[in-house]
Amino acid sequence: MASRTDRGPVIDFDRFRPTRSSIRARKRKDRLMTVLIGLSFLVALIPLVSVLWVSLSKGVRRLTPDFLTHNMSGVVGGNPTPTGGYGGILHAVIGTLEITFGSMVISIPVGVMCAVYLVEYAHGGRLAKAIGLMVDVMSGIPSIVAGLFAFSMFALVVGPGTVNGLAGSVALSLLMLPTVVKTSEDMLAVVPNDLREAAYALGVTKQRTITSIVLRTALPGIVSGTILAVARVIGETAPLLIASGFIATTNPNLFSGRMTTLPVFVYNEYSQGLAVCGPGADPGCLTDIHMQRAWAAALVLILIVLLLNLLGRLVSRIFAVGRTR
Amino acid sequence: MSEKPNETATLNKAKRVDRIFKACATGAGILILLALAAVTLFLILRAFPAFTGDPDSRTQAILSLSGGRASSFLGYVGPLVFGTILIAGLALLLAFPVSLGIALFIGYYAPTRLSTLLSTVIDLLAAVPSVIYGLWGALVLVPNITGFWRWVSVHLGWIPLFTGPAAAPTRSVATVALVLAVMILPIITSVTRDILIQAPRLQQEAALALGATKWEMIRLAVLPFGRSGIISASMLGLGRALGETMAVLMILSPGFSYSLRLLQASKSQTIAANIAAQFPEADSQGVALLVATGLVLFIITFIVNYLARRITAKAGA
Amino acid sequence: MGQRIDINHLNVYYGDFLAVQDVNMRIQANKVTAFIGPSGCGKSTVLRTLDRMHEITPGAHVSGQVLLEGRDLYGPDVDPVEVRRDVGMVFQRANPFPTMSIRENVLAGIRLNKKHIAKSDADDLVEWALRGANLWNEVKDRLDKPGIGLSGGQQQRLCIARAVAVHPQVLLMDEPCSALDPISTLAVEDLINELKRDYTIVIVTHNMQQAARVSDYTAFFNLKAVGQPGHLVEMDDTTTIFSNPHEPDTERYISGRFG
Repeated sequence: MASRTDRGPVIDFDRFRPTRSSIRARKRKDRLMTVLIGLSFLVALIPLVSVLWVSLSKGVRRLTPDFLTHNMSGVVGGNPTPTGGYGGILHAVIGTLEITFGSMVISIPVGVMCAVYLVEYAHGGRLAKAIGLMVDVMSGIPSIVAGLFAFSMFALVVGPGTVNGLAGSVALSLLMLPTVVKTSEDMLAVVPNDLREAAYALGVTKQRTITSIVLRTALPGIVSGTILAVARVIGETAPLLIASGFIATTNPNLFSGRMTTLPVFVYNEYSQGLAVCGPGADPGCLTDIHMQRAWAAALVLILIVLLLNLLGRLVSRIFAVGRTR
Repeated sequence: MSEKPNETATLNKAKRVDRIFKACATGAGILILLALAAVTLFLILRAFPAFTGDPDSRTQAILSLSGGRASSFLGYVGPLVFGTILIAGLALLLAFPVSLGIALFIGYYAPTRLSTLLSTVIDLLAAVPSVIYGLWGALVLVPNITGFWRWVSVHLGWIPLFTGPAAAPTRSVATVALVLAVMILPIITSVTRDILIQAPRLQQEAALALGATKWEMIRLAVLPFGRSGIISASMLGLGRALGETMAVLMILSPGFSYSLRLLQASKSQTIAANIAAQFPEADSQGVALLVATGLVLFIITFIVNYLARRITAKAGA
Repeated sequence: MGQRIDINHLNVYYGDFLAVQDVNMRIQANKVTAFIGPSGCGKSTVLRTLDRMHEITPGAHVSGQVLLEGRDLYGPDVDPVEVRRDVGMVFQRANPFPTMSIRENVLAGIRLNKKHIAKSDADDLVEWALRGANLWNEVKDRLDKPGIGLSGGQQQRLCIARAVAVHPQVLLMDEPCSALDPISTLAVEDLINELKRDYTIVIVTHNMQQAARVSDYTAFFNLKAVGQPGHLVEMDDTTTIFSNPHEPDTERYISGRFG
């Protein structure tokens, strides 16, 4: 063979032979990295465990039936109320449910229909690309900016200083929309094309194909994604602080007046610091009542969020099993 | 054949419904564009008075919101931008190596069965609302970490970043950055993991066959593959940290300066927390000013997120 | 110089599943040994046990012995990482590191041990390895270009250069030509013929003619049925296996393939 004759340089492989110490150093480095990588996981577990444990242990103390069935009207300082409790979160739970429901009513139809447009009608046109980019941009909007937007819009459209539940819903829907669009888009995209073609072949119109076949097939996935989106926005605080304000009493009207939500309640209690129990105060007066209420409300909030996450996962799990069958 | 006209009528009706449905879908898509345009528009409109109003009342508003420490818009927003970027950047610096470690742990070190569980744990971390991290940071972390920061300020105080005296309680930039790091950890981890587990097996085997240790294999065949994805994941995390309000609001004792003294009290404030803190007390002119700072925040996060997407798109092409 | 491999009572398991049963063979130094057999017979699995690459599949383990020049690769304090330095491997599909230049690809293995190599040493080694892989003349002007810019056959030879650059004693090849066109295949086969002067070569191939062309010894693996473990049917001189095998199964397989 020709190439054997001009073999080129002669190599003394002993020069490249790994020394004992270099092999040991490599092994040490490998072990070190394994330890560091394992450690990084433990490091991440510390805050999670701590957050859950503290919320649970500090929250259960104040989490009484009285706490869940009363609002904060008539609560003075650290003094107990006539019912024996120290006020509660009923108004905040109602506010959270109404405002979240409002944001769902706005963002789910728009989000799902937008996904339908992207998957079924747009076929990657320029408008679709622009929408895709804007959905990405939207998912990066800081929540406080969403709150400012809702506040500014209501101020300019309804009147200066308008703060109500609906403004909060608008802010939250802005934060929810990108998630709804993205999960719906993903779910619609995995619906097999055969289903659509079979329907068209039977002479079914496009609208009926989409609503009764495509959307129905994708429904569990969309539901699960939406639940997770709700779980994300239900804990939002900053935008509601600005758009919906805070009030001690129950306000069932989404369209008028300030409305307290659970996260805002937590923040508000926290920001009050220690309660004053003067010489003339009730013997049951608690100076740290604000923190107790904050932790209890935080625990309720965590439970709601975890339950929603569990529900979302369950829906998608059941869906996945049904698909493989 | 007498049914024929009836049939055409149904067909026409179906066609009409079809058209309406398509219009709805297209409308929903356009609505997204409009919504974003509306966000920009309304923010600009509401921020307008901060630039056009009576100069005296403008200066007055800035003076009152800054506690007399700034008299022009740039003078006001400058330290806030600095604080925002400082805290978010620190949070990213802290979260990045840990996230990368967790992503590698899930993808390459943990047994397959365990890794699903671990992913769920990370998702849980992401699900905890920010107000609860704020509460935890202020009431649990701050009292427990004060001693550590004091130790740092005493023993590492010769590094300008750690110059004492450490705030007590440490409601300082350092503590806030730590909490924000925990909060952005899940997003960086999950995006990084999704990219790293796609690293081609062929090159991994090639590296191992050359006599690489596991870590060397990761350095040769996994990390180079995921580089742009990791960068873009960090940018997404940075975007989150930039806009985070509650944890900063609840933990940080705010200041108004261009200071890098991470452990000292009252040195910095972020745009988002500043808005939340000052909004309830602000008059109309003050609100305009705050909305204007919100617009600045919007632009910063827009740029960061846009860069993140561009990097991902380039890697995908 | 190449080294001899002795395989004694080797069983390979994936979890509880016995994939290959009781393999015994001697692979001669500085010869080319081909593993042939139907899909799923375990020939690739056995190949991968020779540098402990099967271990990266979770749950894979072996019993028995694999002796490289008398040293048990599965001994209690043998590090798989060191085994793989002595036993190189070339894969079915070319897999150069995409972010590295041709030069860096060749040096990748050496760099693991020595971070700093004198430039002249590195230049010599790159030239030596690329000449050894019959690739030098084609790439010597573009050593700093990315390795994935080469054609499929060139990439595979680059991978061979990368494997020989760490100077192993044994070179394992897992269907190295199955993704190549006929001309590139010929180039790699020529190369295998040259490489056996310096290395012991074990090659897995689906291509019967290839086994006949390149190998000195041939081992035929088979399995009784799907779900049953694979096993070694027989091993002999390539000429004997192809002209006058002992076992009727071998005869059937070979004649079946040749029509």
